Amino acid sequence: MSVFVSWILRAVAFGTIIMYGAMGETVTEKSGNLNLGVPGIMYLGGFAGFASAYFYEKNATNPSGIVCILLALVCCILASMAGGLIFSFLTITLRANQNVTGLALTTFGMGVANFFGVYILNGASYTAAPLANKAFSAKIPVLSEKLGPVGEMLFGYGFLAYAAIALAIALHIVLNKTKVGLNLRAVGENPATADAAGINVTKYKYLATCIGAGISGIGGLYYVLDYNQGIWATTGQIEALGWLALALVIFTTWRPLNGIWGAYLFGILYWLYQFLPSMLGLKVPNYVTDLIQMIPYVVTIIVLIAVSLRKKRESQPPASLGLAYFREER
Amino acid sequence: MSKGMTVKEPFLRIVKRDGVKRSTRLLTIAISIFAALIVDALFIFLVTGLNPFSVYGVMFQGTFGNRMRFSWAIRDIAGLLLVGIALAPVFKMKFWNIGAEGQILMGGLATALVMVYVGDKVPTVVLFLVMLVTSILAGALWAFLPAFFKAHWKTNETLFTLMMNYVATSIVACAVTILRGQASSLGKLNMKTKIGWFPAIFGERYTINILVVLVFTFAMYFYLKYTKQGYEISVVGESENTARYAGINVKKVIIRTVTLSGAICGLCGFLLVCGRDQTISVSTAGGRGFTAIIVAWLAKFNTFTMVLISFLLIFLEMGAGEISSAFGLNDYVADIISGVILFFILGSEFFANYKLIFRGKKAKEVQE
Repeated sequence: MSVFVSWILRAVAFGTIIMYGAMGETVTEKSGNLNLGVPGIMYLGGFAGFASAYFYEKNATNPSGIVCILLALVCCILASMAGGLIFSFLTITLRANQNVTGLALTTFGMGVANFFGVYILNGASYTAAPLANKAFSAKIPVLSEKLGPVGEMLFGYGFLAYAAIALAIALHIVLNKTKVGLNLRAVGENPATADAAGINVTKYKYLATCIGAGISGIGGLYYVLDYNQGIWATTGQIEALGWLALALVIFTTWRPLNGIWGAYLFGILYWLYQFLPSMLGLKVPNYVTDLIQMIPYVVTIIVLIAVSLRKKRESQPPASLGLAYFREER
Repeated sequence: MSKGMTVKEPFLRIVKRDGVKRSTRLLTIAISIFAALIVDALFIFLVTGLNPFSVYGVMFQGTFGNRMRFSWAIRDIAGLLLVGIALAPVFKMKFWNIGAEGQILMGGLATALVMVYVGDKVPTVVLFLVMLVTSILAGALWAFLPAFFKAHWKTNETLFTLMMNYVATSIVACAVTILRGQASSLGKLNMKTKIGWFPAIFGERYTINILVVLVFTFAMYFYLKYTKQGYEISVVGESENTARYAGINVKKVIIRTVTLSGAICGLCGFLLVCGRDQTISVSTAGGRGFTAIIVAWLAKFNTFTMVLISFLLIFLEMGAGEISSAFGLNDYVADIISGVILFFILGSEFFANYKLIFRGKKAKEVQE
């Protein structure tokens, strides 16, 4: 049972990272922009959040957790939005190809984070921000301790895990029940029609891409300051998570509410290789473990195929996804 | 009468240029690289306080410092260029294959397995043929699957191919774990017998790689520009409806082109294993599959322009390694520098493709 509990704890935390990434990308894609720079943006957000928390902790005489959280969040969102702004300017104003720009942004974001990260590491293989980690990963008091394993599984996470669920619900409402959401979806489906209806296509695309980038970046922040115990190290881990977040967008068929369970399912599948064998008391050879790690990706492929076979209209990507809009070009 | 006509003219209008010349494109790319280098120089100066010119000077040494480095640069340019060549037809067809990484890995894995398990059982010529064929088949299969589903059911190929990378990675990880057995790392395959390694020509095993890539540079240029299949690719890329109307079997073209591209990526895996690394690992493809997309796209699928772009990117990569050891910076400065250069080149395409017209010019135009 305790193995199962730790599996779920790990899976939900893992899911939260990619849920943020995927929610941000969903907002972006609803405007018709396919931003393959999500891994880079998560790097930017994660690093900016970590660096600000780290320096605050190090230099403040009496650092407080609340200030630390606010500072890290603000810096994270600003840095991520800056990444989104680069992407927006190049693809919306200058009409550069979205896929290539996204890939370049991934390279750039990873480079910036790791370049400055080395200065903070200063020769060490990793650095930690313990106070920020404590603030971000604080479990819900009482409830997570008194209710046994169920309480632990429900309430044993940092506040960002719950904020992710709230955000998913909020996004669902904004996208599907408000005028802003309707306009945004119109821009993503058919920008020419939206333009004719008086919607400012450029404004919607810019805002959706930048806000989306801000949300995606929080995934990087959650990874560094909560999931990874407040430790910054030079790894390629965030990149893999960013690609997984992109896969999750497809998996959820562009619906934030599906993102909640989809993300946790991805988490369970991702950690399957470690927890399932020990739960069943099996000793699995290493090479089988290597193979089991492909499961989340295979599942995504299967969903991708299933969605395209069913051809349900509600499950399709925004019709103009990946295309630049130029009013004079019909 | 003129009262009703005074519509406020926009400050800035954007007009598409028709028919952009290749020389114009190359010129804008050159200007944007220059501008990017200035931005990077400012960045280096502001962050590290180093003299950017001496940093760039050291960077130059990374590729041109001595004969060996230059030779390595050529080797890496060839490696990157071949993937770019493989991707050119699919991207021209607007099929977003970001799975070259996985296709290379599968080709490399097939080569490595044949090298280890069949190596001492057959004559050398047969061995190389078997490795060549299996690697091409493995790469082709990895590309065929997404192409098949895209052609028949419009399954999103960007994500399908991306996911296939991870599936390939875990298969390779599994194979490496089995191959190395109790050892802590795999090391070079057939280390003692050197069976299945390319022979050294002019002192290097990768000479064969460079020659093969050279042949492909010409062959792909010819294929895209002068063959019927190349023409079909560009029609499908421009508009699927037009292609269908003209009687082109779009499904067939998609599957054929993408499979061909995967086959070349598989071949690239074969060359990397036999001619460069003599081993296999999850990082055999080393990000080439992604970088090559940028190469193919920026060159607008012209394989000779791709040589220049590959050179630029490898030059930056090798230069960054040099900077990091000379100034105690780290390798990631290369990612930043090339990221900024790519942003500038991508942005500059706008100025090659469109014309800006400011307020006041219009009157003259109307009189014409």
